[in-house]
Order: sequence, then C-alpha cells, then structure tokens
Amino acid sequence: MTTTVLDIEKLSIGLPPGADRAQAVTDVDLALRAGAVTCLIGESGSGKSMVARAILGLLPKPHVRIAGGRLLFEGQDLAAIDERGMRAIRGARIAMIFQEPMTALNPLHTIGRQLDEILRIHTTTGRAARRDRILALLDSVHLPDPARLARAFPHQLSGGQRQRAMIAMALALKPRLLIADEPTTALDVTTQAQILHLIRDLQREHGTSVLFITHDFGVVADIADSVAVLQKGRLVEQGGVADVLGRPQHPYTRSLIAAVPKLAPPPVRPASTAPLVVEGRKIEKAYGARGLFGGRAIRALAQVDVELRRGETLGVVGESGSGKSTLARAVTRLMPVDGGEILLSGHNVADLSRAQMRPHRKRVQMVFQDPYASLDPRQRVIDIIAEGPIIHGTTPAVAQEEARVLLGLVGLDPSAARRFPHEFSGGQRQRIGIARALALRPDILVADEPVSALDVSVQAQILALLADIKARLQLSMLFVTHDLRVALQVCDRIAVMRQGAVVEVGPTAEIYASPKHPYTAALFAAVPGADWQERASRPIHERTHA
Amino acid sequence: MGAGLARFARNRMALFGAAILLGLLLLVLATPALFPGDPFRLAGPALQPPGGRFLLGTDTLGRDVAAQIAYGARTSLLIGVGATLGAILFGVIVGGLAGYYRGAVEIVLMRVTEFFQTIPAFVLAILIVAILSPSVTSEIIAIAAVSWPGIARLVRGEFAALGGREFILACTGLGASDARIIFRHMLPNCTAPIIAVGSLLIGTAILIEAGLAFLGLGDPNVMSWGLIISAGRAVLRSAWWICTFPGIAILLTVLAINLVGDGLNEALNPRLRER
Repeated sequence: MTTTVLDIEKLSIGLPPGADRAQAVTDVDLALRAGAVTCLIGESGSGKSMVARAILGLLPKPHVRIAGGRLLFEGQDLAAIDERGMRAIRGARIAMIFQEPMTALNPLHTIGRQLDEILRIHTTTGRAARRDRILALLDSVHLPDPARLARAFPHQLSGGQRQRAMIAMALALKPRLLIADEPTTALDVTTQAQILHLIRDLQREHGTSVLFITHDFGVVADIADSVAVLQKGRLVEQGGVADVLGRPQHPYTRSLIAAVPKLAPPPVRPASTAPLVVEGRKIEKAYGARGLFGGRAIRALAQVDVELRRGETLGVVGESGSGKSTLARAVTRLMPVDGGEILLSGHNVADLSRAQMRPHRKRVQMVFQDPYASLDPRQRVIDIIAEGPIIHGTTPAVAQEEARVLLGLVGLDPSAARRFPHEFSGGQRQRIGIARALALRPDILVADEPVSALDVSVQAQILALLADIKARLQLSMLFVTHDLRVALQVCDRIAVMRQGAVVEVGPTAEIYASPKHPYTAALFAAVPGADWQERASRPIHERTHA
Repeated sequence: MGAGLARFARNRMALFGAAILLGLLLLVLATPALFPGDPFRLAGPALQPPGGRFLLGTDTLGRDVAAQIAYGARTSLLIGVGATLGAILFGVIVGGLAGYYRGAVEIVLMRVTEFFQTIPAFVLAILIVAILSPSVTSEIIAIAAVSWPGIARLVRGEFAALGGREFILACTGLGASDARIIFRHMLPNCTAPIIAVGSLLIGTAILIEAGLAFLGLGDPNVMSWGLIISAGRAVLRSAWWICTFPGIAILLTVLAINLVGDGLNEALNPRLRER
C-alpha cells in the first residue's frame, strides 16, 4: 500500500437554506494515494466539484462551507487552515486544472509569462534558470515548438493546447496532488484522448496523486486506478477501477454503467429504398469574410452532399468545427447558404427568402443542443409548445389542447403546462424542446446534439424517447452528434464530417466494422473507454480469456 | 420578476430610496390640498426666514418657498418620467432595429447614435429648447433627445446577444415573423436591463431640467426647482433658504432615484446577482 497524500475523513459541506438539499456532500471518506489516479464520478448536482473546491479552500463563502470532517494533507487539516496557510499550499503543493482552460488563463499575458509568474512567486530561481524550466515544462506536455508557444497568448492556442499549457502550469511546482475538474469535457474526443494520455504519463513520471473529477465512465476506464461514485452528495461505492467497472455493487453504479452508450456493433439493417425526403447537393457555406474589411473566410460546408430517406435516421458525426451543426442549420434553413441545392421532398429551398421559407418550415423541425438556451425563459411551457401551430394559423385554444397531448407524448406531467422552463431539469427541458418540434407535425426532425448537455442516465431516456417517437410518428431524422457511441445506437446510416466536408458515409454497421477513412478510424480509437467497452460487449465466456 | 422584487426588497439602501420617492409622490398628490392656490401668488412679506408662518420662508417677491417646492416636485417628476419614457421608446426602436437586423441597418443607426453621443448633452438640450421655445413639452423633447443614445446602445447589445440564442433560432424555425420574434420574445427578455437603466435616466433628466430652468429655459408659467434656485441666486448670501431647500429637494430626489435604480439593476441583472 502506497502512502496516502490526502485523507478525506467524514467531509460534509453545508449548503445555504433553500438549496435542494441541506448538504452538498455528506460524510465523504476518500483516501488519495501517491502515484494513483482517483476518479470521482457523479452526475450533475452530485457535489463532485464541491469536494474539489473544499480541498483548495475555494468554496463560495460564506454561503457554502465545510460543515464537518477533516482534510488531512501532509499532517495539516485543510479544513481548519487559515487563508495564508492555504495560499502556500495552493499551486505549490496542490494544483488544479479546470474544464475551460480559456477562462482559467489570463488573456492579456503570454503563456511563458504566466508560467514565469508561478515560478517567481514560489521559488528563488534566477531568470535564466526559470526560462529553461519554462521551455522544459512546455516540452514535457508535448507542445510543439515551446519557444514560440511561450510567447503566444492564450487566444492563439487551440483548446487542446490551452489545456496542455494549463497542465504545464499546474505541474510547474511539482505538486503532490493534482485536482482535475472535468479537464477534457470541453474538448473533442481525439484531443480528449491525447490529454488523458498526457495526464496519465506525467502522473506516473512524477508520482503525483491525481483526483480526477468526471461524469464519463469511458474516461474513468481510461485513466483511473480507483473510483469513487458520488450520488446526491453521498459516496455510494468506491474501489479499484476493475472492481467498480467490472463488478459494480451498488444499484446506482450499475444503472450509471448501464446507461453509458455502448461502443457495440449495431445490428445490420437492410438498406432503405424509401423515397428521399431531404436531398442536399453541393451545399456551400463560408463564415467570416464579410463587412467592410473582409477577413479570412472559414469554409464551414464545402460541396456537401447529404441524403435522408423516409423513416431513416442519418447520423452526422464529427468534431467541433467540422461543420456538422452548420449542416443541420442549413437543412432547416435557419441560416442562408452560399451555394448548392437543398431539396425537401423535391422542392429546392436553398434560395428561398425567410418569408418564402415560412410554409416549408412545418415540414422540418429542429431539436437544439442546449436545453437551457433553447426555451424562452419568459414563456410558459404550454405557450412554448403551442407557438408553432398558432403561427401557422391554428386557433390558440386548439393549439393548447394539442400541446397538452404532446406533453403526455414526451413523458411530462400535465401540470408542467403552466410552469416556466427554469422550473425543469435539463432532461425535462429537452422533452419540452422535442414537444415543440413535434407540434407542427413535421416529417423531418433535425436533432443537433440533443443529448450532449445531459447526464448519461438522462441521455439514455431522451434517446429512447426520440427512437419511440420516430417510430410512432414515422419521422425521418437527421441526428448530429460528436459522440460515436450515441450515433451507433440510434442511426441507420452515418456521415462522418471533417473540416466542412463529408469524408465517409455508409450504413452504421459498415462504418463500425470497417471504417474506410483513416479519420473515422481515429475517431473510433479516441472514444473514451473504447477498450473497456469492447471487452464488455463481448460474450462472457470470451471475456474471461481476454 | 417576482424573485427580482424579493431581491430588491432585501437591499436596504434601495428601500430607503423607494421610501423617499414614495414620500415625494404623496407630496405631489397632496399638493393641491396642502398649498391651495397658485404657487406664483404673493403669499406674504418678502424674504421671510424659515419657521414662523412660512415653514420654508418666502422668496424675494414674498412667495411661499414650501409651496413652490411642492409644485416644483410635480414638474420635475413629470418631466423626468416623460423624458425618460420618450428616450426609452426612441432608444428601443433604434437599438432594436439595429440589433435585430444588423448589417447596413445597424451601421447607419449606430453611427447616428454615436453622433448624438458626441455632442455634449446639456448644450444640445439648451439648443433644442431655445429653438422650440421654452415649455414643458419642449423640455421633455429636448431631454429625451439627449438621453436616448444610451438606451439604444443597451438595447442593440441585448438584441444582438439574444439573436444568437437558441430559443430565438427555434422561433425562426417554427416560422415566426420578425415582429413576433421581436415583440414576443426579444423585448420581454430585455425588460429588466431597460427598467434598470431607465430608472437611472429619470434622475439625470431631473438634473437637466433643473439646469435648463436655472438658465431661464424652463417653462416660465410652471413652477420648477430650477426656477426657484434661479430666482433666489441673487440673494444667496442674505436669504440662503430660497436656494437651499429646492437644492436639497433635487439632491434627495436624484439620490433616491439612483438608489432605486442601482437596486433594480442589482436585482434584475443576473450578471451582478452572484455577489
């Protein structure tokens, strides 16, 4: 047994009165060992980030405070230490990296200067030695051309590079403990895989203890030595990664693991010969390069062809910036396109003005990514759902009656009708968004990352709802996602996009079994927990030999 | 909105301001009963000090200063609120069109807005009143004309930010007309900042009005605080009360409006809430 770096004993964090529960976390016992990665996993609202903040004394005081327990770090109780003592520990002995590196870096200073500042405050090394150390650090996180990057400002770096720079800063003083709060959630899968790899390597090299906070079991499978599962502020299960993932004991852990979309071979479905409902031909769209001074144009859609048959689900998969959301908005004509044809059941709508487009809008409806931003906060749910039909000439009374029926269809209580969006959880809001899209009785549903803002268990429910509705109402669906696992689960065919172009399109089973484009293969390889899932998806007798 | 009011009620300074404003409103309503007759009427001997028969003394012509202040309050509030409503109406139209349609419309409208912002507000107000001839209406027009650019810029920013939000896109996707999106979705979602900034504008408007009246550009037939100060400034050293009491009235009113405005801003603005 290796030495314990941080011993969390019976930690409880009190919340202000009026919160949904009295304590953010209650009686959490957790030992972080040297040279090991401990994953703290939980859904949103489970209190996992509060634990991280409590360790660093960063709780939003005075409303949220440690109500009980001890945090023993190198013989000191962090729960009882004063702000000055904490400052000496923070950064030097315990470092932290965050989900969004852009907000954690000072945009006005170069990366090199921000690293230098840390070394200057906490060490007595001279200028030249500091400079060498900075270059060595940037090199150790595998940033290309460290000398140039040290002079770069945060906005000049990509998301993955910024996170690497953050890691370099966190490790600059060789901390005993690194706390990583969802450090890869904002990154693309391929970048996420690289960052996970990097954290793992550096942690092994330095013997650092890592507390890794995440909501993704795939990430846990890739990086963890031990796992602690947090449910509504209580630790329900902890143990070695193989035990927890392979033989989960607590029903909550089991349900979470079951909800993770599987990287499993989809059933082979016969190719559809139904008529085309959406046909995109050489769609072109560029951003930027407008206004008086021009600027560099970004080609978001380059000669994109897309076909959707009646009753079919076409997945559009790709990383951020691949143009997949642009394609969704082009097909729904929520934005003008620069060229090409978009045929909705034979009618070209690519060049229609907003007014001309209006009658066609009933046929194609969209479900948006962010359930918090896609509902008007000042409208009641019933008005949100009834708005579409009212616009198209249904009397308000009839439209509201239909909206109530739709509430039932998407699995919401009739009492939801009179309430406002902020009274609902993310999953419930997404149901409202689906009901709104269905209110116009569309033939085509375009879903732009409909589940990526949701917890896995809710994700599974929404995906099941979409599949059920699609079958019942015989809809055709364009399903945009960055998550290959989700795409495998729901799509008949998949189109893989990269830098504005479709690099590969084919039946889901074929894409999974034999991806033709190297980029598709790279995407599959980068799926977090790919190994674990491949093992898990094999039959039992085979798994024991693996 | 209900939660916003609850937050407002927890802010003691804002409640203090609201109490002063409520008192002022009661004074305005009670003026005809408290001080019957014309405030320009000669009520007694000239230059009576405060206390005695006249609570706040009399001015150089023997007019009751207390009555003048009470009637002046009505003018100040009328012009302050009227000019602010005018500025909000015009500012929302200009800013809303610029923020919703963007492109060339925005460039033209915002350059015009900036043009108005580069002219010193008070000088422009003087100019407009001088052209229109002094009256309550022309004062309202002048003050509204110098106050709208701030509202226009605010609304343009709010509209531009809302325009990219998914719920607005969703409405477009439902086939909603521009008018429906603007009036049903965008305006209701920026009422809070408009109310907060508008309430502060009332204070500025009252100050400008007092300044105009002081310079003799107020309506000569309507009593106002600026007018009292203007009339009393010649005897400032011998009869301090003539200028002092209307001055205090202006100070308290503007202070109260600012406190309420800040309170509203804090209560209704989600970005400031986390403090």
